[in-house]
Amino acid sequence: MTAPRVGQEAIAVTTALAAAWVAFAVLVWLYGESPLVVARLLFDGTWGTAYGAGQVIFKATPLLCTGVAVFVGLRAGLFNIGGEGQLAIASLAVGIAGHLGFVGALPSFVAVPLLIAVAAVAGGAWALVPAMLRARFGAHEVIGTIMMNRVADSLVGALLGGGLAVAGSVRTADIAPSAHMARLDAVVPALRGSAASTAVFVALVLAVAAAWGFRRTRVGREVVLIGKNPVACEAVHIPVRRRIATALVLSGSAAGLASAGTVLGYKGYFEMGLGAGAGFGGIAVALLGRSSAVGLILAALFFGTLQQGGLAINGHVPREVMNVLEGVVILAVSLSDADVRRTFTRGVVGA
Amino acid sequence: MSGAGQVVGTLATETVRVTVPYACAALAGVWSEKSGVVNIALEGMLLASALAAVVAEVATGSAVVGVMAAIAVGGGIGAAHAWLVRREVDAIVSGIALNLVAMGGTRFILRALYGSSSNSPAVPGFQGIFAGSSSLLALVVDTLTNPLTLLAVALLFVTRFALTETRLGIRVRAAGEDGAAAASLGLDVPRLRLAAVSLGGCIAGVGGAALAYDQHQFQSGMSGGRGFIALAAVIVSGWRPGRAVLACAAFALLDASQIVFQGQSRVSRDLVTALPYLATLASLAVIGSRSARRTS
Repeated sequence: MTAPRVGQEAIAVTTALAAAWVAFAVLVWLYGESPLVVARLLFDGTWGTAYGAGQVIFKATPLLCTGVAVFVGLRAGLFNIGGEGQLAIASLAVGIAGHLGFVGALPSFVAVPLLIAVAAVAGGAWALVPAMLRARFGAHEVIGTIMMNRVADSLVGALLGGGLAVAGSVRTADIAPSAHMARLDAVVPALRGSAASTAVFVALVLAVAAAWGFRRTRVGREVVLIGKNPVACEAVHIPVRRRIATALVLSGSAAGLASAGTVLGYKGYFEMGLGAGAGFGGIAVALLGRSSAVGLILAALFFGTLQQGGLAINGHVPREVMNVLEGVVILAVSLSDADVRRTFTRGVVGA
Repeated sequence: MSGAGQVVGTLATETVRVTVPYACAALAGVWSEKSGVVNIALEGMLLASALAAVVAEVATGSAVVGVMAAIAVGGGIGAAHAWLVRREVDAIVSGIALNLVAMGGTRFILRALYGSSSNSPAVPGFQGIFAGSSSLLALVVDTLTNPLTLLAVALLFVTRFALTETRLGIRVRAAGEDGAAAASLGLDVPRLRLAAVSLGGCIAGVGGAALAYDQHQFQSGMSGGRGFIALAAVIVSGWRPGRAVLACAAFALLDASQIVFQGQSRVSRDLVTALPYLATLASLAVIGSRSARRTS
């Protein structure tokens, strides 16, 4: 079992990276630039300098959280594509809570965890609606989460427009200084100027905890089994509906935690559109990262590199190339997964 | 004409104008869902085909060629979606990836062709007979005689007829109801799905062209969630073409009322835009498990 599985994962990841490179080269060439020159620029702008590496970590931080969110859903056989909305609502909640008077009076080691908890609760709450619709009525969580994304868009606009924003802007007031998460350049001077913050540790802990939870906790293992065969789990009296709802809510919480990297560690306030795209980016991270913490972390770094690299090459080639690559990677991984699945399960009835 | 009549007339005309892209995308969704393929790529179909219409019209000077290009691109995305699903890629994954590619790809092409990251050059599209006139009657006539409006109406009736009365339509529905049973009767289920999803994509392409010609240009991200509104309409209607278009018209009426009754506060405008999605969430509770049907 293990050998073909590892082989399968290696094939899928290699295929995806190769497809991404080919797509990149073709698009850059079509644009009239040399793929090698632009790739060099991309590298120089990311891992080429300590600042660039710091920026990659900064970009990868929210992606890792949303990637874990999608991963948690997938393990339970759910597709949470509501990361965008869950993150937007959590970011708004953190932006508002961080500005409350009493938070400013708290010491940093209380204020920061408190706001991280707010992010998790708000993200989870936004996932609660599709979770209930799924658990209670069997409604497809994909439709539910898509709709909640759009509702979040409207709600954030209405709340910011309705008085939560600083007058004449689309941003909330600054959060209390004690609620800021420290920049990494305070410890590692070489990263000076990059926006990487201690929020990256939140994301790392989240990834490790999620992978551990599925292996080592009772609920986690039950969720994995439900993801594989809900009917059988029902038969042995695992509370399937409740576990599914829990998994989707936890997934929303993980997506909400991405606001640590954007609001607490970077801007210090929430503004319209902050963190947009991370929700969908998380899907790419989860699919490429397979199902281990290390895989998720590497995948988040990969897409963080693409995002930061997009900015580095924007003068030569539109950075939107990177959105196309995200799509290509998602498709390549899924296609090669399906191929391998067919090869290994050929002849098995019902596979 | 009296003030009230003027308002009602404008509102009705605006509603028709706004409905067209929604309705085309919704019909695409109906074809796809009826064949058993979940389609969340409607958004990307609208966006990419809107750009295709403008690019082709700029290149050839013909609005008709623009529509044909839009139909081709919409159909192409549909075919890609159906092919990926046939290769056992999850339909949701495929839809998300196609949307991402359409979003990034249109911006990329916009910059590559026109050196702008926000909009294309202006195109005339289909000029009405009374173009330039500001009277309500001229507006009504021009909207109702717009070739794409008429085409959309025709496509609604074609879809209804095809799905209930033709061999292809009935086979497509069989593939959607129970793929394994349909296959056991000797139907080529993957090919039926390819046909249905591609055909739907072509219809969505008409919607994309209507969207672009309505604004007389392509704007980055101009589909603006319309594909998801259409998806909402498809679900609320229980995959029935007539009702889906009616739902689209209802959602369009919300939009149109915001255009006509300007000067509302930002807040109420934002809340109104959420109504189609809230309606869909509410209907999910009712139709529930039916929406959970996945491709088989």
